[in-house]
Amino acid sequence: MVTTTQEVWDWLSEVPDPEIPVVSVTELGIIRDVVWDGDTLKVAITPTYSGCPATNVIDLMVQEKLLEKGVQNFTLERRLSPPWTTDWITNAARDKLRDYGIAPPVDGTASDGRMGRAARLAGSNLTIACPRCGSSHTDKVSQFGSTPCKAAYVCRDCLEPFDYFKCH
Amino acid sequence: MVAVDVDRQTLFDWLLRLADNALILGHRTSEWCGHGPALEEDIALANTALDLIGHCQMWYTLAAEVEGKGRTADDLAYLRDAMQFRNVKLVELPNGDIGQTIMREFLFDAFHFELLTALTNAPDPKIAEIAAKALKEVAYQVDRSSDLVVRLGDGTEESHARMQAALDYLWPYTGEMFAADAVDDALADAGIAPRLSDLQQKWEAFVLDTLDEATLTRPDRRPDVHKGGKQGSHTEHLGYLLAEMQFLQRAYPGAEW
Repeated sequence: MVTTTQEVWDWLSEVPDPEIPVVSVTELGIIRDVVWDGDTLKVAITPTYSGCPATNVIDLMVQEKLLEKGVQNFTLERRLSPPWTTDWITNAARDKLRDYGIAPPVDGTASDGRMGRAARLAGSNLTIACPRCGSSHTDKVSQFGSTPCKAAYVCRDCLEPFDYFKCH
Repeated sequence: MVAVDVDRQTLFDWLLRLADNALILGHRTSEWCGHGPALEEDIALANTALDLIGHCQMWYTLAAEVEGKGRTADDLAYLRDAMQFRNVKLVELPNGDIGQTIMREFLFDAFHFELLTALTNAPDPKIAEIAAKALKEVAYQVDRSSDLVVRLGDGTEESHARMQAALDYLWPYTGEMFAADAVDDALADAGIAPRLSDLQQKWEAFVLDTLDEATLTRPDRRPDVHKGGKQGSHTEHLGYLLAEMQFLQRAYPGAEW
């Protein structure tokens, strides 16, 4: 029986992100390639952040899924280029994040190393809508949240603290 | 294998500098975990440390491959003594108060950002892709540390005084980042790394603008007093850091989680 790469993509879409289990590794855009090389399946995975502790767990979960589906010959490649960006997160996943209480990334606002200064000088700041009540009356509490990919915010209307999935 | 016009030992030495800077600053920063002045700051510092440890893993893996003697990234991190480390002295200094830590991150981040930006154009794809990966995180770090330098420098009388004291203390260590030796020159000649003098101009422009905004004064002292870390001559502080960081692998060789 020949497994198509589309079937493999479907299997991998059942693998949840270990830290944000409401979205899958395929929805996050970290599975970069699935190809057959003879009878060996090659899966390329890119890390979200260089130091993300979930990276090794994700490799393990992908291995488990492939073994569970009966694939014996496979290799996992750690692919760095092009570097992961939150632009690759699917629209469906963004809705799931919001429902889960995490504000999805605002595209085009990734840090360029000079953004803090530009924002201070212009007196402006990124507005993140509260995933609970939709209010844009929110404040950043910290540039980092419970994982490297998030920042901590609080809503001034419904008073809920929430995570923002940073644009990266 | 990296395909560039530099001899293997020189390239290995240069990659170690990148890796060691990331590891040692990452370890220092991780020392704040559980000790931050506020929960948010504690979490932010721990995340910053994670980024840096991630960078050093990529650079050590490449360095080990270039060396070609069968050593791994872990061997390079855990089984070398202080004299074999190639980080600048700035990153091994003790944390001091939070102001000193933030000022150190800022002075290094501003350099790190310019260096990685230049390396994304390196002719070797492996060097360029690691630089591109790390740069995205370092851009966020320099945004964060420069923001805090302004807020603390232009903050209360107490925070201002502490930030100025931190700057005065750290300034004589900053020159080492731009002090080119034969290794730096060889990499620049080969078109892989930027000239450190070019980086220094960009660094100064950004740092001095930020200090100005932070109402802090550029110290009236030479920036290049404390050098030698890149060649393996370190302050007494590095040995203590390594003693703690390497303890497990030294006491239980080959131990794994």
